[in-house]
Amino acid sequence: MTPIDAKELYFNIPENAKALEKTLGDLVIQRCISYFRGLHITAVLENLGLPVINPFHTSLICGNKLFTTLALTKAGLPSPKTTVAFAPETALKVLDIMGYPAVLKPTVGSWGRLVALVRDRESAQALIEAREEIRNALLHVYYLQELVKRPPRDIRIIVIGGETIAASYRYAPPGDWRTNVARGGASKPCPITPELQELALKAAEAVGGGVLAVDCMEGPEGFLINEVNSTIEFRGISSTTEVNIAERILDYAVRMVKK
Amino acid sequence: MEAKCPECDADLDIPEDVINGEIVSCPDCGTDFEVVLKDNGEVELKPAEIEGEDWGE
Repeated sequence: MTPIDAKELYFNIPENAKALEKTLGDLVIQRCISYFRGLHITAVLENLGLPVINPFHTSLICGNKLFTTLALTKAGLPSPKTTVAFAPETALKVLDIMGYPAVLKPTVGSWGRLVALVRDRESAQALIEAREEIRNALLHVYYLQELVKRPPRDIRIIVIGGETIAASYRYAPPGDWRTNVARGGASKPCPITPELQELALKAAEAVGGGVLAVDCMEGPEGFLINEVNSTIEFRGISSTTEVNIAERILDYAVRMVKK
Repeated sequence: MEAKCPECDADLDIPEDVINGEIVSCPDCGTDFEVVLKDNGEVELKPAEIEGEDWGE
């Protein structure tokens, strides 16, 4: 296994697949911390016939919260009530209908960045106005969700190649409502019940499969799948389990190459 | 391991078991640095990259 710095890579289109295999090997595990950089590199590699974990389609779906919600809903999986709007006035109108509090999220983004709990119309106006000021078209897509009445935690389940590997509760850090470990959230062990296992496997399949982290909430009427992550981070969950997640990812990669 | 903060010259205490790419913060000015371990055992501190808007999972 050789680590390769994405920042030093470049590709001529069309690229010589044989030459590339010499530098990149039989399979690439995409670990780019920048979503768009990783996605575009995966597109090139997969196009050349080089297998990538995760595949382009999976990365594309998981990198966008709306695409993920669409895939989960199509597969008949429970997820929070979601509405998407494309203009500030319409977003406000939607919030009036949905009612407050609600959650406003960017469709692309990680670590809970810019995920906002909107308590009333005044805050909604301010947030939307601020979004409009930012020159980033992606932030002008308004992905709105009901605020799920849940305990101050969610559940993360690691799925590798159609198998659930580990699960953890993620507790929101003091002073925040978001449970992201990158925000200081704490991980505790969580048993994988048959119900949770079935949901996680279906969710992973719905987004195209691979090495994934399924995030799930305990809603009043049962589990709700919040999102599925593609370039998975497992520092938090690793502290709660004996399972060596990195090793399991490598085992899966080896199985893929031998196929 | 002792080092000087490249930003404000304060004393930085770098743990002996530091690994390549680890982030150390200056206790005085708060600047974050990425540790680069050189072959000769020396430690180089370069300013840590600021989180990009598409960074993460």
